[in-house]
Amino acid sequence: MHVREQAADFKRFGERYGVQWTPTILELAPDGTEQHRVEGFLETADFLAQLKLGLGKSAFKAKQWQDAERQFREIVDRFGQSDAAAEALYWAGVSRYKATGDASALKETAAAFGSRYSGSTWAKKASIWK
Amino acid sequence: MEIKWRHDIDQVLKDAQTERKPVLLDFSAAPT
Repeated sequence: MHVREQAADFKRFGERYGVQWTPTILELAPDGTEQHRVEGFLETADFLAQLKLGLGKSAFKAKQWQDAERQFREIVDRFGQSDAAAEALYWAGVSRYKATGDASALKETAAAFGSRYSGSTWAKKASIWK
Repeated sequence: MEIKWRHDIDQVLKDAQTERKPVLLDFSAAPT
């Protein structure tokens, strides 16, 4: 919705979801609950990666671990250069651990950060799993 | 991944609940 062309809706829903800036894209669950937020302009690949990150987070919240891992791994595979990729790699490992209970999933994820995204915040977060 | 953009937000949210589909809500100020 556009700030001027749909001003009333923009104000009402902007207040409901605490939107402070444009562009903002919200990914909502079917019940209207916010699952993921993208603030600011992104190029296509980064934007698609963010949308998939939201799908992965939705599946994760629903405890659909395998679907979540699939979404996260697809980001790493298809949009590996995007800013979302490091976060996706992290959550893919967590999703596998949740699905299997096997801590080696976390260890393997930490090892994977040794060759990709090593300077990222997510690599630092995963470093505890080594 | 095809996105069908609509402008009737209240109805979109109702339909999403009925059809169990996720929603993208876009807040824009881009020049038109």
